[in-house]
Amino acid sequence: MRSVLPVLTVIAAILLIWYVAAVGMNAQWARDQAARAGVEIGWSEIAVDAMRQERPVLPAPHQVALEFWRLTWTEEVEGRRGIVQSGSLSNRSLVYHALVTLSATGLGFLIGAGFGILLAIGIVHNRAMDRGVMPWAIASQTIPIVAIAPMIIVVLNSVGVSGVLPKAVIAAYLSFFPVVVGMVKGLRSPDAMQTDLLRTYNAGAMQGLGKLRFPASMPYLFASLKVGVAASLVGTIVAELPLGGAGLGTRLLAGSYYGQTIQIWATLIAAALLAAAMVGAVGMVQRVTLRRMGMAR
Amino acid sequence: MKGPAILLRIIAALVALGLAALALPLHDVVAVPVFLALVPALALIRSAKGGLIVALAALAVMAGPGLVTFAPLPDEAGTLPMLRGLLPVLLVWLLLWLAVESLAALAPASPLLRRVLAVAIPLIFGATILWLWEALVAILGVSPVILPPPSAIAARFATSLPVLWGDFVQTVVKGALSGYVMGCGAAVLAAVAVDRSTFLQRGLLPVGNFVAALPIVGIAPILVMWFGFDWQSKAAVVVVMVFFPMLVNTVEGLKASDAMQRDLMATYGAGYWQSLWKLRLPAAMPFIFNGLKICTTLALIGAIVAEFFGSPTQGMGFRISTEVGRLGLDMVWSEIAVAALAGSAFYAVVAVVEKGVTFWHPSQRGR
Repeated sequence: MRSVLPVLTVIAAILLIWYVAAVGMNAQWARDQAARAGVEIGWSEIAVDAMRQERPVLPAPHQVALEFWRLTWTEEVEGRRGIVQSGSLSNRSLVYHALVTLSATGLGFLIGAGFGILLAIGIVHNRAMDRGVMPWAIASQTIPIVAIAPMIIVVLNSVGVSGVLPKAVIAAYLSFFPVVVGMVKGLRSPDAMQTDLLRTYNAGAMQGLGKLRFPASMPYLFASLKVGVAASLVGTIVAELPLGGAGLGTRLLAGSYYGQTIQIWATLIAAALLAAAMVGAVGMVQRVTLRRMGMAR
Repeated sequence: MKGPAILLRIIAALVALGLAALALPLHDVVAVPVFLALVPALALIRSAKGGLIVALAALAVMAGPGLVTFAPLPDEAGTLPMLRGLLPVLLVWLLLWLAVESLAALAPASPLLRRVLAVAIPLIFGATILWLWEALVAILGVSPVILPPPSAIAARFATSLPVLWGDFVQTVVKGALSGYVMGCGAAVLAAVAVDRSTFLQRGLLPVGNFVAALPIVGIAPILVMWFGFDWQSKAAVVVVMVFFPMLVNTVEGLKASDAMQRDLMATYGAGYWQSLWKLRLPAAMPFIFNGLKICTTLALIGAIVAEFFGSPTQGMGFRISTEVGRLGLDMVWSEIAVAALAGSAFYAVVAVVEKGVTFWHPSQRGR
């Protein structure tokens, strides 16, 4: 709790810098407008104008916050197409797009983490997989795979696979490798003393896995799940770029096409909140699990 | 070797034999006896002395008839011919896997041979995957628009080297590298600047950790608007992407020296900058290099994704998005190969420098 004040200070400093930058970057437009109207304006007028332009170069924080509020609460509660009046989520609201992104990310994350755990178990128990597959798993971390996500989407679409699955494939792929690497480390974390003890009990490989290796790997598993869930969200957003339809990535691209800077920033806020919520959810599961297993720090 | 392992291997051998009986006579008469002899040999002979020879012989034999066997039956459609083509391929791959397994089971005494094996096993395994890809594409008749075979990609790669080189320079050298250097440099300087105040550190670390988990690629469209279509906007995206992971790692690293060492510096009468330069920065190097390694991938991702939002008529992201539109998938895969090579090389360079700088660290010893 003692870091609350420092964190608030840093956030306040960031907001301050943001405001100053917003005034500085939007000043040119304000001056051009004034010159066209034939009036001289000073910095005070520029500062006021910079805060309420329609398509600013850099929108001020409160503009972004207002737009975010308008695209979530106002749109859903008061809007004609919102959930209160029409019974379904409005396709203009960020809630709807965030849910679309969340469903693809969640599905992909589950697939990726599941396969990651299975592969890690295989690698730990099979020498050939350890020596043949593991180097590729590590090398694949150095490959900028997100960058080709849109291509995979387009290809899958042309085969007829569309909807949530292609995006989930990308998300799964990205969460897969952190989980593999972390899980292999975790499954190997029991020391020689512990594995020797199991051997004196005459435990088989499966018993060793269930009773020693798997429980011992939990801290590693959750650490890599947090990395994986953040990575799969990035993957989903990038994967949504070439698709029309719905999703935060699509909104980003639409905003950039039409120069709607405030909307882009509001979408980014939504993506950030989504990421924070997902990492937070994994963290909560981690805390509960580790406490029940008696491993809480 | 324990009971279940032997049982598994025998089952694998039996399955392979069954597949062979089903599939091979239809295709290649010469290969059959060889396969029939090799399957149990591979499955059962696993002594350290005989194992290497058997595995190498198996690989050599597979490379020959194995390549012939998968040739698809011409002008036949339907599931049965496809199955006939598919079975030998799966069989051969299973055998290759067994060969890799017996290679991996070896523990040669000479360290040189062990290092060679450590490199050779993943390479052989990768080669079997490429072979499986090639064979499956040929047999299942996958359209090159969906998944081109590796041979077509290699051919395209070889013929369009100048284009690939131009894209590489535009994206990796101009966009990613310049942004990487600026972003990581700025982050290290910022870390040293906040290092003197624990207040700032306690504030920055949670914020930095939070930002590092955010989908920062999303700011790419904004930065492309600000800095134009050329490499400057890509470098800007890279700067923002690498800054926070690097900052967090460096701040952690500057805390890594222990009290005893700092006390020693104090008894020498070292000033702040002297102890920073002589003790705390060197002690932070493992953390700094950890950050640098994470950032290599981030830099490439940032540079390529930023090109999707606008770029000059050159660059890897530009080429990928336009060639997808023209269904030139072999070119797209060539770009992916370039990206993979560039990413691995970038990472390897950082890792080599790390080895030289942090030679004293336990994780670098004994290797």
